[in-house]
Amino acid sequence: MSSYRFDSPIPPLLYEISRPGRRGVLLPESDVPDTPLPDNLVRSDADELRLPEVSEQDVVRHFTKLSHANMSIDTNFYPLGSCTMKYNPKINEAVASHPGFASQHPLGREEDTQGALAVMYRLQHMLAEISGFSAVSLQPAAGAQGELTGILMIRAYHESRGDTKRTKILVPDSAHGTNPATVTMAGYQTVEIPSNNRGTVDLDALRAACGDDVAGLMITNPNTAGLFEEDIVAIVDAVHGCGGLVYGDGANFNAILGIVRPGDLGVDVMHFNLHKTFSTPHGGGGPGAGPVGAAPVLAPFLPGPIVTRGGTDDGDYRFTMPENTIGRLKSFHGNFGMLLRAYAYIMMHGADGLRAISDNAVLNANYLRVLTERAFPVKFKRTCMHEFISVGSVYDGVSTMDVAKRLLDYGFHAPTVYFPLIVKDALMIEPTESENRETLETFADALQAVADEAQNNPDLLHDAPHTTPLRRLDEVSAVRNLVLRYQR
Amino acid sequence: MAYIGNTDADRRIMLDRLGLSSIDDLFTDIPADHRFPELELPPAQTELELLRDIESLAAQNAAGSGMLSFVGAGVYRHFIPAIVSYLSGRGEFATAYTPYQAEASQGTVQTIFEYQSMVADLLGMDVVNASHYDGSTAVAEAAIMAVRSTRGRSQVVLSGTLHPEYIQVTRTYLKPQGIAIDVVDPPEAAGSTGPTMESLLAAIGDDTACLIVQNPDFLGRYVDLRGLADQVHERGALLVVHIDPIATALFTSPGALGADIVTGEGQPLGIPLSYGGPYLGIFAARKELVRKMPGRLAGQTTDTTGARGFVLTLNTREQHIRRDKATSNICTNQGLMALRATIYLAAMGPKGLSQAARLCWQNAHHAARLLAEIPGCSVLPDLFFKEFVLRTPVPAADVIARAAGAGVVPGLALDRYYPERTHEILIAVTEAYARADIERLADAVREAVTRTADAHAGKEALR
Repeated sequence: MSSYRFDSPIPPLLYEISRPGRRGVLLPESDVPDTPLPDNLVRSDADELRLPEVSEQDVVRHFTKLSHANMSIDTNFYPLGSCTMKYNPKINEAVASHPGFASQHPLGREEDTQGALAVMYRLQHMLAEISGFSAVSLQPAAGAQGELTGILMIRAYHESRGDTKRTKILVPDSAHGTNPATVTMAGYQTVEIPSNNRGTVDLDALRAACGDDVAGLMITNPNTAGLFEEDIVAIVDAVHGCGGLVYGDGANFNAILGIVRPGDLGVDVMHFNLHKTFSTPHGGGGPGAGPVGAAPVLAPFLPGPIVTRGGTDDGDYRFTMPENTIGRLKSFHGNFGMLLRAYAYIMMHGADGLRAISDNAVLNANYLRVLTERAFPVKFKRTCMHEFISVGSVYDGVSTMDVAKRLLDYGFHAPTVYFPLIVKDALMIEPTESENRETLETFADALQAVADEAQNNPDLLHDAPHTTPLRRLDEVSAVRNLVLRYQR
Repeated sequence: MAYIGNTDADRRIMLDRLGLSSIDDLFTDIPADHRFPELELPPAQTELELLRDIESLAAQNAAGSGMLSFVGAGVYRHFIPAIVSYLSGRGEFATAYTPYQAEASQGTVQTIFEYQSMVADLLGMDVVNASHYDGSTAVAEAAIMAVRSTRGRSQVVLSGTLHPEYIQVTRTYLKPQGIAIDVVDPPEAAGSTGPTMESLLAAIGDDTACLIVQNPDFLGRYVDLRGLADQVHERGALLVVHIDPIATALFTSPGALGADIVTGEGQPLGIPLSYGGPYLGIFAARKELVRKMPGRLAGQTTDTTGARGFVLTLNTREQHIRRDKATSNICTNQGLMALRATIYLAAMGPKGLSQAARLCWQNAHHAARLLAEIPGCSVLPDLFFKEFVLRTPVPAADVIARAAGAGVVPGLALDRYYPERTHEILIAVTEAYARADIERLADAVREAVTRTADAHAGKEALR
């Protein structure tokens, strides 16, 4: 039976405990000669700054209690498929908060920031080596921005050749929503490619879609069903054959470190999710980092600046714009704090350690797949990579969402639900390498218990969750009666 | 192996259950000739070895060697209360993800709602989203949103004194969508302070979706925007204002000035400089525009017992539902940075934030006064907040190099972005600097200017 308990009730909003005159942090009075403010430009009484007035202890208790209302990797098994919720080593945080990096301004002169530049240079090279690409740009701030980067590079490549007839990007129907949204942002149209009954790209349909109006293909491999696209070489050949280029979505890279390199398979450009594969914290929604690696054909189009080295072997790191760069994707040099964490993570693993990550992530997923398939059938009955898809709606009157909410009562964050779209009522389960066998077995037992409840006492699922600080929340009324800020 | 849960014995049991003899058997779907490449990477380090490496790298950065820097140009050294890192470092926040299961994520969703509320109050705006990557991408997405919100208009007007990198990012985002950009009077010439209100308004045509201005602008100038919104609206366009959140605590809010969309770089709100990120893209709009907004939004609702709670809402704007018809492809945002900003705003309160802004004003003006006294030096613009331009009688790069040799980086040489402006330094002074720091700045610049001038005179004399 479920037993998980959250620690404390949810606190009121800070605005609701605010009292006029209460102070948190104090600042000194000015000790320089006074310069009068321009009275006509300062905030008027009607425009008075209204923020909560609370003590420092109020703030500490507020956010500590709020933190207790979260599930997180540090507190719970979090098998959120496609998000790679692995353990985030704490050394990463210590490294990123070192004042020599944390207090360094991004526009410091190159000769004054050689340490930071060295980290970026080494990370570029290590990511290129791990993925089989010739060059890497660390600019993009997140996976979706990495996707946009890749498609803009493909666009720039075609334009550089005077090839303006290409207007379409092929996207398998199993793709993340960011893929078609990216295609639109890049000024192209999405052509959806169906999946076959094995959960992978329908090669015949792909070949039929290839033509001289195709700019490229976006492919996630392993795909969102947790399956390696075994026809990848033929897929790449088909796209290259019609003059298109191949974008690899690296969302699921955690499955293939030291197993296979996308660059070796003919992929032309790919993004890395440092907050998935390389253990930087997900932060309740971000920040991420989405560096992009490119094969020689696209390397000149990478966004910049990237870090290069002067003549000597030791040092002289400097920023350079790639020759035909698509430009800048964000201000300054990327989410450096995340880059530093990923650097630390790779340095602590080495080649064998990285291989062990993927070995164990894939072994854990397959073990859990076998342990859980009686409770909820697995959609594609074959060896999976880092994750697998179960069907959550096999018991009468019980939905996938009911199952997800009930799992919270057992102290597990729910898997990703209703995705990928190619599987109706999907539960997408990704255990990652950092979980041990007992955790996987306990989770499998919980899924079995939920399956039993679904048959014997389905209302227990309909009314779930029961043990969370709040019961099931009404998403429909949130939209109907929009309240997006505190109402006085 | 660190960070891996299982032992060899566990793996043996698991493989047996799968009927496999080795882990390699799990990878038969991978093309055999590309399977298991040898990666050439540095040997694995232990935590202790890594820390030694990091210490030596950090020491090669100015920040790690005790230099006093007055570089701003979009991100700034501000005071960060101790509780910001203390609370935001909690694993329950840092190691959660986007709150897809709201009942198990109220800490995150309520924090987003409180962030939205506080930043909305700070800006005087109706609706704030859960964040963008940084100020630059917030500006680019605002331009796209304005085009979407003004039917049939497909061009945007940017003030030339927008941060040069923001203009570059906006170009990258807008070009593939066929949205034209008119950058009005970039301050490329020595001593220029950019476009006038008249030239900005004159650039707005029938096809213009929005005018984007930055205030204070890239050169530090505080622009009197009163009346601008009405004139932009008369021309059928939207007004987008990019703000500094600290300045906004003191000056009339962009909402009160009639802005339709407001963006900002949220780094000053408790976020370390960290050599370029992660930062926080602030994004706000009037409520009439909310359905055109990109990014995640937290909304209030109730649970089945009637208790108040929060969920992500208006998801039908977003990529995971609308796919190719979404308002943006943004998925992962800067949630942890929004948390830092929320804690910062709560800790500072309205009085603390106003006091920080006043100290920025006082300190920056004191610095400008001292620097303007140096022979041959002058300051622009007339009205500024915490950042200004110092014109020097000798090349700025020489002044900066000499001062850096004495442990003070006085600011950013403007020729980084405007090649003709070789004798100007962009200098930022905030509440984080003590009076003694400001005096050290003035002394270092005076010394550097004098010595550089002497060196030049010496060269002349030798000819």
